[in-house]
Amino acid sequence: MTTLLQLFSVAAISAGAFFFFAGTVGLLRFPDSLTRLHALTKADNLGLGLVVLGLLPRAENTLSALKLLVIWALVLLSGASTAQLIGRALRRGRK
Amino acid sequence: MTPSVLAGLTGAALVGLGLYGLILHPHPLRKLLAFNLIGSGVFLVFGIVARRGAAAGFRFDPVPQAMVITGIVVAFAASAIAVALILRLSMESRNVTLDPEVWTRPNGGDAT
Amino acid sequence: MSVLPVLDVVLASLVIGVALFTITARDLFASVVGYVAYGLLLAFVWIRLYAPDVALTEAAVGSGVTGVLLITAGKRLGALKNAAPEMRPGLSLKILTGALAALVAGALGTAILMLPDPPPSLAPEAAAAASGAGAGLENPITAVLMSYRSFDTMLEKIVLILAVVGVWSVGADKAWGRAPAPLRQSRPYAPMVLLARTLAPVGVLIGIHIFWTGADAPGGAFQGGALLAAMWMVTMMARLAGPPRIDAQWLRMAMVAGPAVFLVTGLAGGVLAGSFFAYPPGIAKPIILAIEAFMVLSIATALPMLVVGPPSERPDQ
Repeated sequence: MTTLLQLFSVAAISAGAFFFFAGTVGLLRFPDSLTRLHALTKADNLGLGLVVLGLLPRAENTLSALKLLVIWALVLLSGASTAQLIGRALRRGRK
Repeated sequence: MTPSVLAGLTGAALVGLGLYGLILHPHPLRKLLAFNLIGSGVFLVFGIVARRGAAAGFRFDPVPQAMVITGIVVAFAASAIAVALILRLSMESRNVTLDPEVWTRPNGGDAT
Repeated sequence: MSVLPVLDVVLASLVIGVALFTITARDLFASVVGYVAYGLLLAFVWIRLYAPDVALTEAAVGSGVTGVLLITAGKRLGALKNAAPEMRPGLSLKILTGALAALVAGALGTAILMLPDPPPSLAPEAAAAASGAGAGLENPITAVLMSYRSFDTMLEKIVLILAVVGVWSVGADKAWGRAPAPLRQSRPYAPMVLLARTLAPVGVLIGIHIFWTGADAPGGAFQGGALLAAMWMVTMMARLAGPPRIDAQWLRMAMVAGPAVFLVTGLAGGVLAGSFFAYPPGIAKPIILAIEAFMVLSIATALPMLVVGPPSERPDQ
């Protein structure tokens, strides 16, 4: 693997880790459940996307790379639906 | 300290924690959770025995790992029966507790 | 200079920290969520112990399906109007229990530190099983489960069926034969329906794939079956399908299919291959995969039945 790809991979994974860190800071510091939910879903989805992007050059073959992308898509789908469900439960609990 | 020993000591600590929660918590579902903690601690001890049994070209001993896989599924089945019993008991006695004195008090808990 | 020891120590302290939170949380729901997170962290520990099959099972069954079970139970319990006042244990009981727990943990820890060296291992027997009767299986764990210790695996499937019978018999006598109560009481909600409609087909494919590659790579019947069970539960939670009546023939046949096929093959092995539960050489792998396929069907029907619970007198309630 060329040095450029190595650098790209490390940079993308580090950026993804930073976004996860930011999401966790939001989880711990935001005052309200809804705002914490917002921080988690936005930052974690982007963080995972960057981590997957950084892992793509390191995949052994095309099939593994495709599997990584499928993983990212599935996490996106389930994360978004779960966030909607939690948000609805929070809104109802508020009434 | 190899990873196996560290994981084994973690398993021992989990068994102790689970035992503490099992005895102390009055709520039956919390007791069930603590019991599951004990179970997963024991599985961890199995796991380190499997890791240490690396031989014959494998990096692990597959027999304890197969036993752990079986054990996880059986532990879930046992938890399911426990939950069904707890739910039925709570609905019949109208109290969420395992204390037999509470079930048999007349007037639903107002008597001495 | 490796960073792995630091990772191991961080992982171990995280696992113990989350377990501590699970035990000491005030609220039942928080405790269950802590347990699910604990299960996922434990899956990491299993990966570090070179056990990817166990990590898959722990994440799917130990943390995932058990989490659904406990949250459903908590919700059904929370719907009760009367709850007994929680009697907090006294300080002396806490100290005594803490001492007992420390004693047990200390004894176990000492036993771990005194494990024999060189460590005994059954790996050679398992390798012989993988290359002998279970010929062609690259995954030694599948070889152990289906060939070296096949009787144990069949008995475990029977245990699952016994558990389902146990859960069903806890229901009211009048309700025998009806369907269990649905997992969600409210009307179908659009994001949940979207999740069920898009995730379930993909999940079924992935579950079948995990079962199929379990012969040569980490995976297997339990992990694949647990994934299929989860997809059925997601569909039931979205109210796109209801829990079936417990006297439905297809349900009972699907649950019994796994151990029945296993038992029949084992008995046939006594006639065709010389001993009970032995496979004829040369066609061992296809037979094992066929048995595993029926096992996946059994697991995928038994696990959701364990979660939805006993039959209810008012199935629409």
